[in-house]
Amino acid sequence: MASNTSQGSEGGLALDPMHQFEISRIIPIKFGSIDASFTNSSLWMVLTVVAVSALLLLGTKRIVPSRLQSVGEMIYEFISNMVRDTMGDEGRKFFPFILTLFCFILGANMLGLFALPVLLHPFTVTSHIIVTFALAALVWVGATVYGFYKHGLGYLKLFAPSGTPPVMLPLLVPIEIISYLSRPVSLSVRLFANMMAGHTMLKVFATFVVALGWAGIIPLAVMVGFTGLEVLIAFLQAFVFAILSCMYINDALHPSH
Amino acid sequence: MPQLIVADFLPQLIWLAITFGALYFIISRLAIPKIGSVIEQRHGRIAADVAEASRLKEDTEKAIETYEAALAEARANAHAIVSENRAQMTAEINKEAAALDERLAKQLADAEVSIAKTRDAAMAQVTGIAQDTTETIVTELLGKKPTRAAISSAVSSAAKG
Repeated sequence: MASNTSQGSEGGLALDPMHQFEISRIIPIKFGSIDASFTNSSLWMVLTVVAVSALLLLGTKRIVPSRLQSVGEMIYEFISNMVRDTMGDEGRKFFPFILTLFCFILGANMLGLFALPVLLHPFTVTSHIIVTFALAALVWVGATVYGFYKHGLGYLKLFAPSGTPPVMLPLLVPIEIISYLSRPVSLSVRLFANMMAGHTMLKVFATFVVALGWAGIIPLAVMVGFTGLEVLIAFLQAFVFAILSCMYINDALHPSH
Repeated sequence: MPQLIVADFLPQLIWLAITFGALYFIISRLAIPKIGSVIEQRHGRIAADVAEASRLKEDTEKAIETYEAALAEARANAHAIVSENRAQMTAEINKEAAALDERLAKQLADAEVSIAKTRDAAMAQVTGIAQDTTETIVTELLGKKPTRAAISSAVSSAAKG
């Protein structure tokens, strides 16, 4: 992240912590009025796919697993158990989707932290609200459509939990509806805000390292610890996104809880 | 904030769709079957190994059981042989002892008979010797030979007395 300080020099102020989130078009592509340019964001999405595919596909044939294979199998079993625990056996068909979701978010979060400075300017795909919102919307719209497809209007029972006293319904149903509608927003903003805040913080501390000269060792030490914390957050946010997606899809599978 | 530049939304969405779709395809078509089969194979292997181990253990227990049964049987056989031998030997010893006793008794009887015979013979000769002696003594004393009858009656009456 520190390598970005040299890049944001156009405005004279080299230390803009938000510069790292800027989108730059590497290969401009246009279909009529549709802008499909290959941007730095696209590059990191592709790298995420490559990294995740490599982790999951390379050296995964041994009975006694290698370390890399163990990591892939751990992710597989972790998500497999999560899907089983939250959705039961009916949720099995969503396992590939949840695994993809988890791997994509985890890969993007992690690559944003462990980028190669100088060669590639680090960029975190999931630090953009449009990306996280698109993923959240995919889950939410998908779950809603699947819920109505599977249960018809019975899906609306979700908004009136069984065992509620009828007197409470006028109060409870609007609350449930609002909470349901806010799901994609909370899901996407949680991930986006965590990623953006973490990277901005790292950037700010990085400018302190440069600005303080010898005393910069102190913010540097803080950054080392903070980077460890960011690794944890990168994993945790991918996990939270995946498990909440599981729970939303579970609502679509079993609305009458 | 660069995240709110609307013009940047579309390229990101398009590439998100492309990459996420590609990853979904890779994971659902390639990674999951591959990893799943390896994990399943491993579980199968472990289950098979455990089954094999328990089978071997059972075999071992069976072998131990067989061995112990054989050992017990051998011990019983040995006991039987020992006691049989002992009985046989006792019988033999008894028989030999009896034979020895019999022989000894016979020899004793023979000896007794021969002793009696010898004694009788000796006793018979004693009379003769006594008569001869008497005859000699009387002849020496009287200067005259006594009659045989007188000598024998005198000796026998002396022997009786």
